[in-house]
Amino acid sequence: MAWSYFSSPATFYRLARSLAPWFFALAALLAAAGLYTGFVVAPTDAQQGEVYRVIFIHVPAAWMSMFLYFVMACYAGMSLTFNTRLAAMMARAIAPTGAMFTFLALWTGAFWGRPTWGTYWAWDARMVSELVLLFLYIGFIALANAFEDSRRGDRAASLLALVGLVNLPIIYFSVQWWNTLHQGSSVKFTGSTMHVAMLQAMLLMTFACWMYAIGATLTRVRSVILERERRTRWVRAL
Amino acid sequence: MSAIEATGLACSRGDSRLFRDISFSLAPGEWLAVRGANGSGKTTLLRCVAGLTRLDCGEVKWNGKPVREVASDFRAAMLYAGHAPGIKDELTAAENLRDALALRGTRPDDAVIDDALKAVGLEKHRRIPARRLSAGQRRRIGMARLTLDSASCWILDEPLAALDSQGESMFAGLLATHLQRGGCALIATHHDIGATPPREVRLTP
Amino acid sequence: MSGFAWAFARDLRLAWRHPGETLMVVAFFVLVASLFPLGVGAEPQLLRRIGSGVIWVCALLAAFLSLSSLFASDYLDGTLEQMVLSPRPMIGWTSGKIAAHWAATGLPLTLLSPLLALQYGLDADTVAILALGLALGTPLLSLLGAACSALTLGARGGGVLLALLALPLFVPVLIFGAGAAEAQASGLSAAPHLSLLGAGLIVGAMALPPAACAAIRIALD
Repeated sequence: MAWSYFSSPATFYRLARSLAPWFFALAALLAAAGLYTGFVVAPTDAQQGEVYRVIFIHVPAAWMSMFLYFVMACYAGMSLTFNTRLAAMMARAIAPTGAMFTFLALWTGAFWGRPTWGTYWAWDARMVSELVLLFLYIGFIALANAFEDSRRGDRAASLLALVGLVNLPIIYFSVQWWNTLHQGSSVKFTGSTMHVAMLQAMLLMTFACWMYAIGATLTRVRSVILERERRTRWVRAL
Repeated sequence: MSAIEATGLACSRGDSRLFRDISFSLAPGEWLAVRGANGSGKTTLLRCVAGLTRLDCGEVKWNGKPVREVASDFRAAMLYAGHAPGIKDELTAAENLRDALALRGTRPDDAVIDDALKAVGLEKHRRIPARRLSAGQRRRIGMARLTLDSASCWILDEPLAALDSQGESMFAGLLATHLQRGGCALIATHHDIGATPPREVRLTP
Repeated sequence: MSGFAWAFARDLRLAWRHPGETLMVVAFFVLVASLFPLGVGAEPQLLRRIGSGVIWVCALLAAFLSLSSLFASDYLDGTLEQMVLSPRPMIGWTSGKIAAHWAATGLPLTLLSPLLALQYGLDADTVAILALGLALGTPLLSLLGAACSALTLGARGGGVLLALLALPLFVPVLIFGAGAAEAQASGLSAAPHLSLLGAGLIVGAMALPPAACAAIRIALD
């Protein structure tokens, strides 16, 4: 079966509809397992008490935000190189989920930071990069929707995604450099040796977020496809 | 051999398909009129042939070779004039003409530039900033460019817009000379320019 | 005459005829830099401490303000199309335009920075490093801004959208530029910062004009 069969929006539309519920179900199962392990099984941290448990949402959300950006940039690259409509639609569908995870990471990070280090926000490389990542997502969504011609929005936003992909590590390292100079409050993740249950919980939650992200993207891409292809025969037949 | 040959051109704007399966060929010494109602895609077709807008499918050949392969040769031999006249407001008519020609690689003397502007009736407006010229006068600067440029293929979008009847006959004369020299032209217009009616490419929405 | 020279000469001539753009950028720079002491108090120690950072941020914002006009007027009057369709390679005239933009905005900012540094009571060495940092950083800002400005040609939400795209890209330039001046002020060597800025400028000068060209093609599609 040729993979290019699935690059037709009509076929992908049907495929996405049948696959999405499975991913959501998987996400729910993994999340249940992860949250149980994280909140019930994993022991209380010696230094941070119960509040540390927010990392079981914070860390997976942060990892997902970066991973989704990378995937989005890959789709963006594909849409620019091969000029395929579906790749651009997938990139557009990923962006809001990515932005949500970024926001969640920042929010839970602040929530974690306050009781632990006494501050909601610290100017370290990770947090600043995460904030810039949020702006990159918002910029992508804004640019993609800023034109009458949606194809032009696709291509402009795809180019932006690629430029951002290069820029993000540069920002990370420059803020890290800046931190070593300014001796700012360095946020370090305590506990280099993690209890095995903590690690399990984090991995479970990461996979849960990943499955959710796939499910959400598949659902969203279906409405993007409908919107884009609304003048074609197969959509009017729906 | 035809200068330009287009096969199966199709293009969409936004989410709607503008035209599909358009084919034509243009030989040296002739011009082709692109006709159609407003919004039928005439401008887009011209832009696709010129290379500004991406085609959904189809191919344009220049002297038998795909334009993709001979892009810089094609651009050197082709002159495009769209709706916007390509004139900077802050520069004078003479400066605009000189810049436009320098961009295309020709650097004629001031005397030649002045003569060209005189021929299109702008000799008194040479040193005036283009901002103060009327739309018709700006079009005439474009016509002066047509006389001085060495391009063999013209792709023009509504070249008679804003021109008065004197300007129209001036343009007809320019076109006739150009075709006589072996040039060709693809023009979107609803006028009949010159004596013989041209072949047509008709776009229906 | 290469495409670079053509575009550089033309854009400079246009800026000369219409100096409003340059004057506004410079005026904004001076104005905003003068607002800070009014906001935080004019205590000399404090001003000396924040001086280089503030001047850098003001230069960055002033440079940002001028970005929207980089390609916009050519796009609107049809000259951008003519440039894309000319036989000259796109890279040449795009780089020429960006260079002319820097000469009309970034260069005046750099030259004016020592005067503003006086307002903040910075010492001579710091002022020199500040100006050198700006001399390296403002071209990079013009390059980054050109790519963003080309992406947003004809987009709705113009200025704010451009800010959203461009300002995150400016962050490393700010960090290293202001960092250089502050390093000098605290007695450390500014060389690592300046060399990183210089390296960034070289890489940017090679990689960003093609990105701007790609964005222009997308805009004219």
